[in-house]
Amino acid sequence: MLTRRIIPCLDIKENRVVKGVKFVGLRDAGDPVEVARVYDRQQADELVFLDITASFENRKTLINLVEEIAKNIFMPFTVGGGIKDLSDIRGLLNAGADKVSINTAAVKFPDLIKDASLKFGSQCIVVAIDAKRRYPVNNRQTGKQANRQTGEWQVYINGGRTPTDLDALDWAMKAAELGAGEILLTSMDYDGTKDGYDLALTKAIVERINIPVIASGGAGKLEHFYDVLTGAGASASLAASIFHYQEYSVRQVKEYLKEKGVLVRL
Amino acid sequence: MIAIIDYGMGNIHSVQKALESMGAKTIVTNKPDEIKASDKAVLPGVGAFDDAMQELKTQNLISALNEHIKSKKIFLGICLGMQLLFEESEETRESMVRLRSPLTLSAVEVSKGLGILKGVVKRFENKDNLKVPHMGWNQLKVKNSACPLLKDLADNSYVYFCHSYYPQPKDGRLIAATTDYGIDFTSVLWQDNIYGVQFHPEKSQETGLKILRNFVSL
Repeated sequence: MLTRRIIPCLDIKENRVVKGVKFVGLRDAGDPVEVARVYDRQQADELVFLDITASFENRKTLINLVEEIAKNIFMPFTVGGGIKDLSDIRGLLNAGADKVSINTAAVKFPDLIKDASLKFGSQCIVVAIDAKRRYPVNNRQTGKQANRQTGEWQVYINGGRTPTDLDALDWAMKAAELGAGEILLTSMDYDGTKDGYDLALTKAIVERINIPVIASGGAGKLEHFYDVLTGAGASASLAASIFHYQEYSVRQVKEYLKEKGVLVRL
Repeated sequence: MIAIIDYGMGNIHSVQKALESMGAKTIVTNKPDEIKASDKAVLPGVGAFDDAMQELKTQNLISALNEHIKSKKIFLGICLGMQLLFEESEETRESMVRLRSPLTLSAVEVSKGLGILKGVVKRFENKDNLKVPHMGWNQLKVKNSACPLLKDLADNSYVYFCHSYYPQPKDGRLIAATTDYGIDFTSVLWQDNIYGVQFHPEKSQETGLKILRNFVSL
């Protein structure tokens, strides 16, 4: 049977792993290749590398870094940040990435999803969605009570800097229809807070599309992984802070999940 | 020497890095002469089936591949590289567009493959909440433990999959391992000198490297 995936995310800025809270206040968290090696040893199921400044500063993701990572780890990894067109995608795949994650360019030019999935196959085209509640949430309790109507979550682009008119649920359905192979869904409200994933957001999207959803933003405790994979139905959960600062290893998370009856690879 | 055939369809370097990590000599090539001079060939590949066939044609690689296999030299197809061995695939540009509008699903056209193996390549059906692509780590159920590729491999080992289509060989004897995703599909196949895997051994950590090591020592 297919297992649920635990995916450490490495946000990259100027060739270093960094991590912030709600997309700001970045702290250094190490050398990307070193960090990748550590997660490889911990049996992470995949890695995601996001060049978080690429889109904003209008520069291409660092191909050299991708090559270096590919040389050192024999596990699947996704690269995102600053991807604008098919040639960017080809460059990253040729450098050793297994999948690419498209965010801003997909919103601006939705046909890029279609063209890329026809050219390279849906399985390597991840559409990343940064979603933010239109009404603020102060704690998880309100998150659970929130109504799930369309229009509740707004899509942001340019690394969370620019709001768009898009509703996150509509956009996820559109992206799937255009040929995305997977949705990487980040809650901007919960990102870096360690308060848990936005379960209502994740569930609403999982229910509406038939491609895998990777939930991201908010993992702080072991039960957060359990909640998002079982209650909200995510195919995978992504986390950064909790792993980078060694609060839990990937293995510990998986052991916990296995004990709770979630199918994981150990 | 192992020829890793580079026909412009994606991530070939991971395959090369993995094989080299175990001391194998490799050459990444799209030249028929160099394929001819090698004793093993690997056909990797991610991407769309008909684009891949088109590339093989344009780069004059089809006869080199046929010749390699006919002369009983070892061949390994990975993912799309394995699917291409079959007669046809449901994956076409038209069907990919159509699949997204379920009302027009009735008439699915097919793409022609190399036809070296009898059988077809099919798409997973989106039923019972099955998410497609089949993406992530799943188990190999060994059906033929004599398959040299699976030597010393524990039953139910996990390997990494990333695909929407799967092969359906006509001859059940080709099936060396299956994997359960809504249905039991063929994830490892073996016929004489021809080996095929639907997963990515080069991305499957220790288990994947063991399979590649078995391939290198064939």
